[in-house]
Amino acid sequence: MISFNLFVLPFSFGLIYLLYMIIRWWTKWIRALPPEDRARFRKGIFSRQFFSGLKEVFLESLVHRKMFRRNALLGFMHMSFALGWFLLILAGNIESRIYSTSHVNPPYYPIFLKFFIHDRTVLWFEINTVPGFFRFLMDFLLLFILSGLILAMIKRGRSRWFGMTRTTHSQLTDRVALVCLWLIFPVRLLAESFTDGYYGAGGGFATQHLGNLFAVLFRESSQHIAYALWWLYSLALGIFFVTLPFSRYWHIPTEVLLIFFRRFGIPPKRIASSFSQVEIGACSRCGVCIDVCQLGSAARIHDIQAVYFLRSVRDEQVSRDITLRCLVCGRCQETCPVGINIDLIRLIERYNFSGSHASDFTYLPEPAPRKAQVAYFAGCMTHLTPSIIRAMKGILQEAGIDYHFLDEEGSVCCGRPMMLSGKHEQAGELIRFNRELILQSGADTLVTSCPICFRVFREEYNLPVRILHHTQYLLELIKSGKVPLQTVFRKVAYHDPCDLGRGSNEYRAPRELLAKVAELVEVPEEKEDALCCGGSLGIYTISSRKRDLITSDALDKLTSSGPEVLVTACPLCKKTFSRLAGIEVLDVAEMVYGAIPE
Amino acid sequence: MKEFGYTVHKERLIDYDRNDKRVLNHLKKHEPSVLTCIACGSCTATCSAGQLVDFNIRLVQTLLRRGEIEPLKKEVRKCMLCGKCILICPRGVNMRNLILAIQTAIDKLQ
Repeated sequence: MISFNLFVLPFSFGLIYLLYMIIRWWTKWIRALPPEDRARFRKGIFSRQFFSGLKEVFLESLVHRKMFRRNALLGFMHMSFALGWFLLILAGNIESRIYSTSHVNPPYYPIFLKFFIHDRTVLWFEINTVPGFFRFLMDFLLLFILSGLILAMIKRGRSRWFGMTRTTHSQLTDRVALVCLWLIFPVRLLAESFTDGYYGAGGGFATQHLGNLFAVLFRESSQHIAYALWWLYSLALGIFFVTLPFSRYWHIPTEVLLIFFRRFGIPPKRIASSFSQVEIGACSRCGVCIDVCQLGSAARIHDIQAVYFLRSVRDEQVSRDITLRCLVCGRCQETCPVGINIDLIRLIERYNFSGSHASDFTYLPEPAPRKAQVAYFAGCMTHLTPSIIRAMKGILQEAGIDYHFLDEEGSVCCGRPMMLSGKHEQAGELIRFNRELILQSGADTLVTSCPICFRVFREEYNLPVRILHHTQYLLELIKSGKVPLQTVFRKVAYHDPCDLGRGSNEYRAPRELLAKVAELVEVPEEKEDALCCGGSLGIYTISSRKRDLITSDALDKLTSSGPEVLVTACPLCKKTFSRLAGIEVLDVAEMVYGAIPE
Repeated sequence: MKEFGYTVHKERLIDYDRNDKRVLNHLKKHEPSVLTCIACGSCTATCSAGQLVDFNIRLVQTLLRRGEIEPLKKEVRKCMLCGKCILICPRGVNMRNLILAIQTAIDKLQ
């Protein structure tokens, strides 16, 4: 006999629709991959990567490990919903299989099991082997999820307890889905309790006792109330499933695909692609990126944060001004629990807005550098801070290095600022010029003072030479004993430039250098969490007043432990800070140069 | 002969009452800092491109106000967007977006 009642229809319809959407979009995304990536995907499915992908899905999508690392309460809240619901579905399926008389059950059967089976005698498994095992387990899991629901409600008012100052402003679809999601579990608890109470059996430690209470309170009518609650439960599930593809919860299926894309070695692309679309869909709008964005915390700009930007891209409503209003400092990317390449998606959108204008760089001269073993490229910004150039020249002379100063007469831009505007082709022309200049110098080591140049040299130039930032090179010189140093006893705070730290993963060299010449003091947000100085070339649409707010805020934090000197490793950071800092701002090279004995 | 010295070439005539203000108006809305320029020339003095070619942000400002769209379009192509000018500007003119916004405005005209 097939168990059926009309109320299973909303749930069943919702589930079928959701499965249809997932299959439709997954196939669309996988088929839109370029051939080599599709081959990677096919190969990946039958490799060990598939299982490590499954493990990652378990750890990140269900347990929410990264959320736990951030804040235990936040992690528990996400885990109770994801892992709790997953286990509830799993245990419910096993339970229904054991108790059912037929082998093929309709998908709604485990979900509404207690409506269909309330006769204890059917439960032979529990009576004979582990009495009450599933009744206990199902109640326990339901309460586990409900504990997360209570936390989620508390988070609405007390987000600070969860390590968040601001939370995401939700859209209509998000709110509808959220209301349904919040309804599902309490309604399930009530529906089961009323049913168990009416029949006087079948419930676990929570549902049975609650049910008995309801039976006393509502007597005969508890049967009708139970039936209404089963309808409500099914409706909440059905509406949740139907709204899911249009809400933030679309991240649930999409993140799974993203994890496999990454595991199978499919690389992110520079232009809009399946990969970027999957990343955009995988954003859960958890809002962790909101607090770290300095445009919000320091400059009171609250509509451009990664979560809103990705949402507007997904809804195809992104504007040029918002796309260009981002420091591209990488702080949100660093903190994103899904690991979305947010900066890259920002640049993809900028590329889409970059328009039809070609550049005219016909004025670039023929590169004709002198041959030398070491080539030094100061960069545009360093030309605005001549003291850094003076320091570098002094140190290189002291060490007796045969070097050629590639851009002594003025730089041709490295191309990264142009790339940040989304103009790839135009940046390519500048890159070609500088690449030729570097190659013709015949140097085997390229040293630059600007982290912006450093990053683009490494990422885009494809040079057959060693590329070093001056902090790395100076550390080498000092370690090899070519530059004698004495310690200057000054308390210094070090600021990590975005493109050197998060952008190029170099945190050690400048600190090691500074430790040799001065005393480093604690800085509240450093290394991966370092602040942007506010001078970023990544942002186009911002007023100079707002920039100053970011700079002042960063300065307050950097100087909170009372250093005598603020040291950085980027001419742009130095220039930006110097205008507003109450203390001296120096580059690491200047500190080193100042520590060379007379 | 009587017009000697007073001839004005039509194409060199700039009628401030009939300027094509469409690009300027777009900028007033999207990059209002353009109006604070005092034409001090610091940007031009520090310009990376300006060291290699005749490129002058003040000229860009002039062309913008005169509504000379074709020469404006040609001029802004020389910019490398390196951003030195922004750091130098005493008036906080956002030069990099000035260049991009001019291009966007011209794209919108077509």
